Amino acid sequence: MKQVLKESLPTNGDTSVLAGVYGPAEVKVSKEIFNKATLEVNLRPKIGLPGVAEKSRERLIRNTCEAVVLGALHPRTSITVVLQVVSDAGSLLACCLNAACMALVDAGVPMRALFCGVTCALDSDGTLLLDPTAKQEKEARAVLTFALDSVERKLLMSTTKGLYSDAELQQCLAAAQAASQHVFRFYRESLQRRYSKS
Amino acid sequence: MKETPLSNCERRFLLRAIEEKKRLDGRQTYDYRNIKISFGTDYGCCTVELGKTRVLGQVSCELVSPKLNRATEGILFFNLELSQMAAPAFEPGRQSDLLVKLNRLLERCLRNSKCIDTESLCVVAGEKVWQIRVDLHLLNHDGNIIDAASIAAIVALCHFRRPDVSVQGDEVTLYTLEERDPVPLSIHHMPICVSFAFFQQGTYLLVDPNEREERVMDGLLVIAMNKHREICTIQSSGGIMLLKDQVLRCSKIAGVKVAEITELIQKALANDQKVRKEGGKFGFAESIANQRITAFRMEKAPIDTSDVEEKAEEIISEAEPPSEVVSKPVLWTPGTAQIGEGIENSWGDLEDSEKEDEGGSDEAIILDSIKMDTGEVSNIGSQDAPIVLSDSEEEEMIILEPDKNPKKIRTQTISATQVKAPSKKPVKKRKKKRAAN
Repeated sequence: MKQVLKESLPTNGDTSVLAGVYGPAEVKVSKEIFNKATLEVNLRPKIGLPGVAEKSRERLIRNTCEAVVLGALHPRTSITVVLQVVSDAGSLLACCLNAACMALVDAGVPMRALFCGVTCALDSDGTLLLDPTAKQEKEARAVLTFALDSVERKLLMSTTKGLYSDAELQQCLAAAQAASQHVFRFYRESLQRRYSKS
Repeated sequence: MKETPLSNCERRFLLRAIEEKKRLDGRQTYDYRNIKISFGTDYGCCTVELGKTRVLGQVSCELVSPKLNRATEGILFFNLELSQMAAPAFEPGRQSDLLVKLNRLLERCLRNSKCIDTESLCVVAGEKVWQIRVDLHLLNHDGNIIDAASIAAIVALCHFRRPDVSVQGDEVTLYTLEERDPVPLSIHHMPICVSFAFFQQGTYLLVDPNEREERVMDGLLVIAMNKHREICTIQSSGGIMLLKDQVLRCSKIAGVKVAEITELIQKALANDQKVRKEGGKFGFAESIANQRITAFRMEKAPIDTSDVEEKAEEIISEAEPPSEVVSKPVLWTPGTAQIGEGIENSWGDLEDSEKEDEGGSDEAIILDSIKMDTGEVSNIGSQDAPIVLSDSEEEEMIILEPDKNPKKIRTQTISATQVKAPSKKPVKKRKKKRAAN
C-alpha cells in the first residue's frame, strides 16, 4: 500500500492553494466501499476553523474528483486530498480544483481525464470577466465556477451564485471552455518540465 | 492513517551515530537547519521553513468587546493547526496530545511574556478593543515544530498592520486600507523558542532535532528567549533528569542561536518592506517562482472570446427548449399552498404487497384512490380543505389530499395516455385484493 504525498501550489494571480494527496492507503472499516476507493477532501481556510463554506466546497471538489478518478482500480482504499488556502484573492474554488488535479496527477492516482476549474463573473452591464479578483467578484452580479474535463471539455461540475439568464450561462460556459484550453496547456507544459528534469 | 513505527535497526543506528557525534544530515551538535522566511501579499502572512518543516502563519484582527476583568486590554488568540498534509498521522480528529502541548507552549511563550503591548490595542475602554488572532498551519513535519511555529508567529505579528482608528470624543472612526495606511502592532521584544533533544538519559544533546531524532530522543528541553537574553519560557518534558550546569549550558547556547535568528528575521522584514515600498511584486508566487525546476509560471493570457457569443447562440438554438414546468402556486386556505402536483405515490404498492389480508390498507394509497370503483369515495371534499377522510371503512384515518387530479405527473412531457397507464395498475391490484377478500 503506497502512501505518497505530493504537493502542488498553483497560483491564480494572488490566490494560492497548497494541495497534498495521500493514497491509495488504508481506510477505516466504517468508510470503506467494497468496489472502489473512498475519496476524502479536506479544505482548510487560512483564518479560523473550517466552517460550512469549506464543507460545501469540499463536497464540490470531491464530486468532481470522484467523476474522474478510477476508483474501481483500488477498492477498499482511501485517497485523501488535503487543501490549504495560502492566500485568497478571488477565484478560490477554481484554484482549489486546479491544485487538486495537479496533486492527483503527481501522486500517480489513475484518472480518466484531467480537470480544471474556471471562474466567470458577470457584472451589472453583462460584461463577462474570466478569473475575477476578489473585488470583481464582490461587485459582480453573478459568479459562476465550472469544472471542465480535458478530453472533450465537458462540464463536470458547476456552481453559481447570483442572477443570470440562460443565454449568459451558455456564454460563460463557452468562454470557460476556451479558457480551459490555456489551463490544460499549462498543466501539460509544467508536467513535461517536471518529468524531464527529475 | 496510522503512524508507521520506527524500526529497531533505525533506532539503533541513530543512537549509535549520536554517540559518535554524527547526525544523519551532517550537521554539528549545535547547528540549526536552514531557516527561510517568505511573506505573502497580505500583511501578516508569512511562511517559515526550518529545513523541511514548514509553517504558514497568518494574523488577522477584529474589533470586539473586551473581557470583563480586563477592560482596557486587547485580546490575543493563538491557534496552531497540524494539517493532515504535514504527516499522514495527523488526522483531523485525532491529534489532541501533541496539539495541546504545542499550543500551550506557544501561548506561554507569546502571551505570558507580554511581547505584544495589549494596552495599545484598546480603542474605547470597556467597549471596543482589537482582537488579534494568530493562525499557524503546519504544512510539513520534519521535526522541531515548536521552533518553526514560534518563529512564524513572531514574524507574522511583526509583519502585520492593523487598520488605523481615531477616537474624537465619542466618535470612533475606523479607516479602511485605502483611506489611511495601516499601523503596525506595538511589539516589545521577540521571544523565540529553541529546542534541545536529550539522548541516553541526558548524556548527549542535540539542538534542533529533526523528525527521526525526535522519535528516538529521551526528553526535550524548550527555552524561549529574546535577544536581550531574557528567558520567557522554559519547559522540560520527557521525564529526563538534567543537571543544573546542563540547563545553564543550554540557555547559553539558546542565547547565541536566538541572536542569530533575530537578525535573520529583521533582515527578512526589512527586505520585504523595501520591496513593497518600491512597488515591486511580492508574495508567495514571486518567492517560489524561479527557484525550482518544478515550478512553472505562465503570464496572464488574454482569451479570445469573440466567438463565444456565436457558440452560445448555437448551443441554445440546438438545445431543446426546457419543458414548460410552469407551476403557479395554488392557495388552498390561508397558510396552505401548493406548488406543482406531486408524483404518483409508489408507497401504495409496498403496502399492498405487505398487508395482503387487510383490505383496509388500501386507504393509505393517497393519490390513486380516487379512481377506485369499489365504493370508496376518496372525496376531495371542498377545494379549500386539504384534509379529507378518504373512505368509509376506516374513518379514523385522515389523509392529506394535495390535489384533485392524481393522474398528472410532474414531468409534463409525458403524454396524457401514458399518464393514465401507470395509475391503472395499482388500481387493478387493489381490485383484485378486494375480490380476494
